[in-house]
Amino acid sequence: MQPFTTLTATAMPLRMENVDTDQIIPAKFLTAVTKDGMGDGLFSWLRYDDKGAPRPDFVLNQPQFEGAEVLIAGRNFGSGSSREHAVWALTEYGFRAVITPGFADIFYNNSLKNGLLPITLPEATVNMLLDLVEEEPEATIRIDLDAQEVTLPDGQRFGFAIDAFRKHCLLNGLDDLGYIESNAAAIDAYEARPVY
Amino acid sequence: MSGQTLFEKVWDAHVVAQESGAPAILYVDAHLVHEVTSPQAFNMLRARNLTVRRPDRTFATMDHAIPTRDVDIMLWPSDAAIQVRTLRQNCEQFGITLFDIEGDVQGIVHVVGPEMGITQPGMTIVCGDSHTSTHGAFGALAFGIGTSEVGHVLATQCLLQQKPKTMAINVEGELGFGVTAKDIILAIIAKNGAGGGAGYVFEYRGSAIRNLTMANRMTICNMSIEGGARAGMIAPDETTFDYIKGRPYAPQGEEWDRAVTYWRTLVTDDDAIFDRELDLDANQLAPMVTYGTNPGEGIPVTGHIPTVDEIEDAAVRRSLISSLEYMGLQQGQKMAGQPVDVVFIGSCTNGRIEDLREAAAVVKGRKVADTVWGIVVPGSKAVKSQAEAEGLDRIFSEAGFEWRGAGCSMCLAMNDDKAGAGKYVASTSNRNFRGRQGPGARSFLMSPIMAAAAAVNGRVVDVREEIG
Repeated sequence: MQPFTTLTATAMPLRMENVDTDQIIPAKFLTAVTKDGMGDGLFSWLRYDDKGAPRPDFVLNQPQFEGAEVLIAGRNFGSGSSREHAVWALTEYGFRAVITPGFADIFYNNSLKNGLLPITLPEATVNMLLDLVEEEPEATIRIDLDAQEVTLPDGQRFGFAIDAFRKHCLLNGLDDLGYIESNAAAIDAYEARPVY
Repeated sequence: MSGQTLFEKVWDAHVVAQESGAPAILYVDAHLVHEVTSPQAFNMLRARNLTVRRPDRTFATMDHAIPTRDVDIMLWPSDAAIQVRTLRQNCEQFGITLFDIEGDVQGIVHVVGPEMGITQPGMTIVCGDSHTSTHGAFGALAFGIGTSEVGHVLATQCLLQQKPKTMAINVEGELGFGVTAKDIILAIIAKNGAGGGAGYVFEYRGSAIRNLTMANRMTICNMSIEGGARAGMIAPDETTFDYIKGRPYAPQGEEWDRAVTYWRTLVTDDDAIFDRELDLDANQLAPMVTYGTNPGEGIPVTGHIPTVDEIEDAAVRRSLISSLEYMGLQQGQKMAGQPVDVVFIGSCTNGRIEDLREAAAVVKGRKVADTVWGIVVPGSKAVKSQAEAEGLDRIFSEAGFEWRGAGCSMCLAMNDDKAGAGKYVASTSNRNFRGRQGPGARSFLMSPIMAAAAAVNGRVVDVREEIG
């Protein structure tokens, strides 16, 4: 897993609530047997019309947001299907962090396992960030995971919460498997006990 | 010290190890696998030279991408054939039981698990599918996981998990005529919001829940995820034990007696404390229908779509405006009378034999409206053959429905069962997301009897005016 330490990047405003994983990556892109190519399907329905032409009013198609590595969106982001393809699509496209007032649980977990940093901030703060980025697309946001801080160009700082264990894994690029395997003896002991 | 909730009992019984400051290592009793979210996990095993730790606790079937028409999957012009072939190869290589489309057990993973008796009280059950919450109807802790976690469970039979909070959902009273389990869960989500359960495990409690069949309980737990909760649970009781007894993977003989003795302890203690509680009066419920693009946007069929003036929360107002624009509906509009173009009866929410019986009773002797394309998709091959033994297939076919093979079908429209752009779908499934049932399609979620009534009328109606 790619470690996440700090990021200084521009951001993309997605002013929508309840962005479900069907919107992030529609089911037709789920027929793959590898993780590759998901970025092309990212937000496919919102990005392209039914003839495959880019919709100019959708943020991903707007040149001022090209190269953004932070996505800012409304509450209940990543709801619905457990498809990790949604996270693979976001990371392959180039996003490293998502800032919202709240994430769906499965999406949040999937993000952490792929080095995509999910940041929860109060809704008023997220709305302010959306306003800022829409007005100044060139504004760079700095994210410091170790300090658990988001810093704006004018120096305003916002702290965010993250579980200490998950933070350690992200900072060091560690996945869960090694940690679970290091507890092999406990798993053996658990399996040896009577169930009922 | 206060007592424990059902969730806490099952959680505690599965903690393998827990270091201070780290998530728990949670043991998984049953791991269900399907063709769409597993290939990359098996690739990970091969890349790291790992095996499946407990193939005997791992069960696979194919449901998401497969056709429900009577065609040879291998000749099907779709990448789905590659996924099916890949799943077969992976199950063979790693020694996993596969309920193949060529056999007679295949079906939607959340219909097959309970049918086979794999799903049992007190278990932890996971699957790379968010509707794994279905199995909580048996008093299991069951939740959807991502593909990375599928790989972790294959390799270690364990997951790293933060302990969620608990929310009691108390549903007291008696359901009125024509009001079903689907209406209970749609009402809960309408009340608490599509994201309102994030971070929680629900426990559905109260007299209205205890009076439900297992099929009904599965409908409710299935949609816990639509309320934002990864898992929903119902304490096991005689209804649960009667359902499980004698099924292929159920305990037998003396082991059965020991199991039931244990299962009877899986109830929330009287003095246990939930982090949150939500009450719903079953007596007040009417058949529900959604109008928007998330499952929280639902109303009683007797009601009207809200107007922005009726909503205080700015984000909910913005969501309403955006949803109605996609849906082509108006604020304040009544849903009764709204035309529908497509009717889908099936899915892991409402594709069980009981659901098909109820829908068939409404349809019997009547015709699907000329303007409507209707399909009925059994949740499993066992449901299909039982329905055919009871003549339900003929009732549906004679009414003008297409009678299909088992699978997820138009619930997620990953195969060729798709509603067209702009079409209105009366659906017994679980998600009304934009394009979920076909690019540009617009979904109204409702119960099987409401969908059946919509089919014969060509529009949304209050089913209570149709039956009697």
